[in-house]
Amino acid sequence: MSENTPSVEEPVVDLLLDARRLLCPLPILRAEAAISRLAAGAVLAVQATDPGFAQDLPAWCKVNGHHLLGMRRQGQELLGWVAKGGGAPSDRTGRNE
Amino acid sequence: MGAPVTPEMMPLSPPHTTAKREVAALGLLSGGLDSMLAARLLLEQGIRVECVNFYTGFCIQNHTGAMRNPTPGASPPRHDALHAAQLLGVKLHLVDIAEEYVRIVTNPKYGYGSNLNPCLDCKIFMVSKAWALKEELGFDFIFTGEVLGQRPMSQRRENLPHIEREAGVEGWLLRPLCAARLKATEPELRGWVDRQRLPGFSGRSRKPQMALAAQFGLRDYPSPSGGCCFLTDENYARKLKELWNFRGEKGYTMEDIVLLKAGRHLRPAPHFKVIVGRDETENRFLSGFRAGRWAISALEVSGPLLLVEGRPGAEDLTLACRLVARFGQGRHRAELQVAIEHEGTHTTCRVAPLPATEIPPEWYL
Repeated sequence: MSENTPSVEEPVVDLLLDARRLLCPLPILRAEAAISRLAAGAVLAVQATDPGFAQDLPAWCKVNGHHLLGMRRQGQELLGWVAKGGGAPSDRTGRNE
Repeated sequence: MGAPVTPEMMPLSPPHTTAKREVAALGLLSGGLDSMLAARLLLEQGIRVECVNFYTGFCIQNHTGAMRNPTPGASPPRHDALHAAQLLGVKLHLVDIAEEYVRIVTNPKYGYGSNLNPCLDCKIFMVSKAWALKEELGFDFIFTGEVLGQRPMSQRRENLPHIEREAGVEGWLLRPLCAARLKATEPELRGWVDRQRLPGFSGRSRKPQMALAAQFGLRDYPSPSGGCCFLTDENYARKLKELWNFRGEKGYTMEDIVLLKAGRHLRPAPHFKVIVGRDETENRFLSGFRAGRWAISALEVSGPLLLVEGRPGAEDLTLACRLVARFGQGRHRAELQVAIEHEGTHTTCRVAPLPATEIPPEWYL
């Protein structure tokens, strides 16, 4: 996990993307397609198993102006939360039901 | 696209010309040093740069690293183009062209390189795709990190203008790294790009690029010698050809081309093949492809996951079980318990590991 990756409480998720078992760069490509359907500030959660995802998600957020809210490793899986850029980032936090 | 112009007719643009109007360029970014430098050279001239990276399904891009146990001390895997865009501070458009790319791989107009690499067709296709995106997003021109004479097919002097013509972008594709050796393009002729500030790199040596990278303070870039496409890999190309021969037609699915990147592939008979994981990470990866196949693993000892593809009979599955026993920790035992999973049905059997002498070399793909 990147040292720069913010660690936050789990935000409220607007869309959950299952990109497990996909190889680089498919998790990011799927994330790009998924986030295009969301409004600015909405939160996309991405599950992935590709080990490069830990590096790629922060880079993708940075070059596209999205906000990486946090990442968490769960065994072999990575879970990342991204607030779509282009507007105020979501300030909603809390536990998922 | 404008009339052909010789380098002698080229206008010399003063540096201030580019500041009068925001010029925007879209570049093909592989994430390698050359494409990074091309983007950086244009950024230096005050041009707004965004980049595009195409996913073909054959990108090496850390796939092996993602599927095999990591080498101790190795850098964590990452997508080079994303990382390069981050370093350059430019937006990157990731575009999936894998489905359309099947046509390029299976029926290339200009044939293959040394393996199954359709480099010339690939470059024409990518340039035309980049042009379409440039039109959609409203950029002024496109650019690449190509270097004259660096690669045997797509970067030969006679092929560079051919690529532009075939892609329908004649005069509008700038190659900043070797621009000084090429005919001036429209962006140069119109004074958007100062041709005098672009180098004339040529040949296979990477030293000039590495020197320029040092000048720009770029240090974190992939090894210049690294290939970026599995189709240039001899072993991979052999397995893909074998797949086509076996099926009697050229074609592939995304699962096919991903699975060809993982495991040992053996074909004991024309009607079935097996894929054997080589380490824990690869076993885990292969386990995601159990659907429609037979998944076999030893129960009592650690060892590989083996997938069977095709139309195996009972004897073939027994052979596959003996192969699993052979490639695992129990290879010296008299018998092993093996589990078989197929379409949600689980069975077990006891088999003797297949001796190495009973695995003909021609089974290995």
